[in-house]
Amino acid sequence: MDKTLFIVQRITAMVLAPLVLIHLGLILFAVRGGLSGAEILSRTQSNVIWPIFYGLFVVAAAVHAPIGVRNVLREWTALSKPVVDIFVCTFALLLLLTGVRAVSAIT
Amino acid sequence: MNDNQSAGPKLSIRIWRGKEEGELVSYQIAARENQTVLDAITEVQRLHEPTLAYRFACRVGVCGSCAMTVNGRPRWTCRTRVKKVAEEGVLTIEPLRNLPRIKDLVCDLAPFIDTWQKAGALFVGTQTRFNPPATVDPDTSARKAADAALQCINCAVCYSACDVVNWNRDYVGPAALNRVWTLVNDERHGARRETFNMAFGDGGCGSCHSHGNCTRHCPIGLHPAASIAGLKRMTFSGLPKTSPKTSSKTSSKTSSKTS
Repeated sequence: MDKTLFIVQRITAMVLAPLVLIHLGLILFAVRGGLSGAEILSRTQSNVIWPIFYGLFVVAAAVHAPIGVRNVLREWTALSKPVVDIFVCTFALLLLLTGVRAVSAIT
Repeated sequence: MNDNQSAGPKLSIRIWRGKEEGELVSYQIAARENQTVLDAITEVQRLHEPTLAYRFACRVGVCGSCAMTVNGRPRWTCRTRVKKVAEEGVLTIEPLRNLPRIKDLVCDLAPFIDTWQKAGALFVGTQTRFNPPATVDPDTSARKAADAALQCINCAVCYSACDVVNWNRDYVGPAALNRVWTLVNDERHGARRETFNMAFGDGGCGSCHSHGNCTRHCPIGLHPAASIAGLKRMTFSGLPKTSPKTSSKTSSKTSSKTS
């Protein structure tokens, strides 16, 4: 199990690395009238690339981050392993749902 | 003559007395040319504190049993000159970190040895005593990788230096994983896949933070951090292929290796 999670976390890191750079570059390049939801949506809606880009981003982040949080909680807290696993699964679901909700707004 | 009463330069040495609970006790001994830390501790035991408990055997850096914490760093005391580590003429000697203390400078190494079992670092033979010795090509990349990590004498200095072991006692530590690295690269080992999988179990390779304290403190210059990194890379690259040259045939280019 730990080996599988190790591999999955590395693969998602490789996916996220270019996506994060593009995401940061996009923020610097595209933001004109302030970082507001309306301003972002006006630029990204009705474009087929951004939903795919951020859909992949959300899935990779929802897998990658909880594995790291799991390691931190197991090393630094006294929580039992099942409790940590339940917590990070909930965290992963939360990331996925909020991410998918955001992506769905630009489709 | 008692050296404590002799003239000449002095060395202050503070030594841990007790078990988990205890205190640092200061002694004054003669400072000598080319004095090792083990010499200094022995002088304290012979001349000042006969009940002081500490371990040593070979005194020449072969056995590793004299490993202790010297001024905050794990070292072989027999191979460490006082001049190199004394801070303003003061030495502070404590037992190795991350291990249960028995008395004064003596630790219980059992938890360290147990990590080898947990990491799967046990050789499984595929031959019997009736087979001729296996011949192993020393020029394969796998054999070179194993050879580079093979000289560990289990002194527990890396285990003591490792911060991850300090905060996570489930972690098997660098020495056991370094041993695993030699086994998964050893074509004679009969359970390479099983060993590799065990090393990635709970508290295995995935727990290493790559701090590199193991490599920095290894008294014989091994690179356990590289061994662990190699194991991590194998999750993608797979285990090294078993060399087809392994056989009982002899060759001028081959040599047998023992581990």
